[in-house]
Amino acid sequence: MSTAEMSMADMTSLAAIRVAEPVVRVRNLGKVYGPFDEGSLARTGPGVGTARDSRTGSIVAAWNVNFDVAAGEALGIVGESGSGKSTVLRCIAGDQAATTGDVRFQCHDDGASNILDLDPATRRRLRVDKVSVVYQDAAEGLALGVTAGGNIADPLTAAGWRNFGRIRERAAELLARTEVPLDRMDDIVRNFSGGMRQRVQIARALANNPPILLLDEPTTGLDASVAAGVLDLIRRLLEELDLAVVVVSHDFAVIEMLTQRCIVMQHGRVVEDALTDQLLEDPQHPYSQKLVAAARA
Amino acid sequence: MTSIAELTGPPQATPFALLDEESKREIRRALLQAVATPGYQVPFGSREMPVARGWGSGGLQISLAIVGRHDVVKVIDQGDDEGVNAVNLRRLISSSTNTEETTEVNEATIVQSRHRIPEDAMEEDHILVLQVPVPEPLRGVERDMKELARMHAEADYSKMWVSLYEDKVRNGVITQTTGYPCLVAGRYVTATTPIPRWDIPRLHQSEFLTLFGAGREKRVYAIPPHTDVEPLTFDDVPFEVESADGASCRLCGSNESFLVESPGDTPTWACSDTAFCRRRRTK
Repeated sequence: MSTAEMSMADMTSLAAIRVAEPVVRVRNLGKVYGPFDEGSLARTGPGVGTARDSRTGSIVAAWNVNFDVAAGEALGIVGESGSGKSTVLRCIAGDQAATTGDVRFQCHDDGASNILDLDPATRRRLRVDKVSVVYQDAAEGLALGVTAGGNIADPLTAAGWRNFGRIRERAAELLARTEVPLDRMDDIVRNFSGGMRQRVQIARALANNPPILLLDEPTTGLDASVAAGVLDLIRRLLEELDLAVVVVSHDFAVIEMLTQRCIVMQHGRVVEDALTDQLLEDPQHPYSQKLVAAARA
Repeated sequence: MTSIAELTGPPQATPFALLDEESKREIRRALLQAVATPGYQVPFGSREMPVARGWGSGGLQISLAIVGRHDVVKVIDQGDDEGVNAVNLRRLISSSTNTEETTEVNEATIVQSRHRIPEDAMEEDHILVLQVPVPEPLRGVERDMKELARMHAEADYSKMWVSLYEDKVRNGVITQTTGYPCLVAGRYVTATTPIPRWDIPRLHQSEFLTLFGAGREKRVYAIPPHTDVEPLTFDDVPFEVESADGASCRLCGSNESFLVESPGDTPTWACSDTAFCRRRRTK
């Protein structure tokens, strides 16, 4: 391990990111686009100021990411665009293949197996009722040409629901919970506003009561008042449901409102992990200080 | 090399059943795999036929690949033995093989059909060959071939269920009529195209072998005898076959067969299966 790597490992001391009974446990998660060697790591990261390896052209999008999430709590991943936060989320969700790492879900195999090693079909099945994702772009999480009810019927039928009446009931219940007017249940999602689409996405994500929820910039791109409403909804749902949640956002307002702990990423590395309150009051890493200062300005 | 004289001269003797032996073997190998994996679409090297693709070339290739000297062939188009296409295909098969033709199910060994299963019971010594325009049941919900292959491989059919859900929400009923999607042997969702819903219950645990051929799409698939064929439907939305309330055939009076409507000022109904209808009248 290079000296840069050593200092990185020291920095992610895991003090604030380990919990007793994790529902999600992430260790040494790494994602590199393109070929890489040991030298790639020394040539990238916050110390060098880039995620791009100048020699190979590879992008070290995320490296040595560690955290736990327990039931009933939310962990934030914060950082600027290109810092690797969404990559981490997508590697956990299974949208992208991680280069290296060890990710365990308590709900799969009692945490005995690394889900990164599972075959694609098994991983996709985890998405039915174990882990759900809410994307920034609703088009990624929803079929826009399908009704709101139909979008919720999708995970339900994937989980084996075959009763039309009960699917309708469940969809209506979820839409009520996410404050989508019931008379819009049979409208196609393409005709929905941005905020309403996010609510439908959340309803769909909760369809099979998954223990793990991943939120990727859930309110980015919404206008301020709509974003506040969606954020408020997410916070109430997190209070009511015993979910393990990971929230990716560049917006400290979102992180502050939803999470108890968070990690700060820059150029593909974790530069700080802390309790959210602590981070906002007293950021340690220069990059965190810059981010917090910018958010407070 | 073929000379111009050979190409422009009188045609050489056509092989038995039109296709060369290697082609027939290739089709039979695909059919064997199809029978071994009920409902799975097996690719095959669809040949140029003397009929245009989309006019039964898939069914024709299957019939030609399996027909033997002692077979008796019946061909129907929409239940009609006398349809132009049915007559042409039947003549093509019989003239290239010197086999017998028939319009009676109980005399036939191979029944090639477009859109119908004959009303008369088919037994274990019958093979039903269906001409298929669109073999992919998921075509309407997914266009990416790679994704379609994945969905079948993982039996991931939730998109199909969503489309049934949407259909029911929009129209109050599941409107799909012909080509109703069915789960075959509990594994593959399969297009029963192009038969009407009426005929679907007769594929379930049938006595006979059904072979499906799609010439344009280059796929064959099969439903072997004694195989479960379950139309996809919700538990609380029963699968229903077509019915015309109180209607009966204007020719034979049947109200137990699949009837088609003849348009007019006062619409009338007649059996779709003409051989069945004719026999009832001559009894």
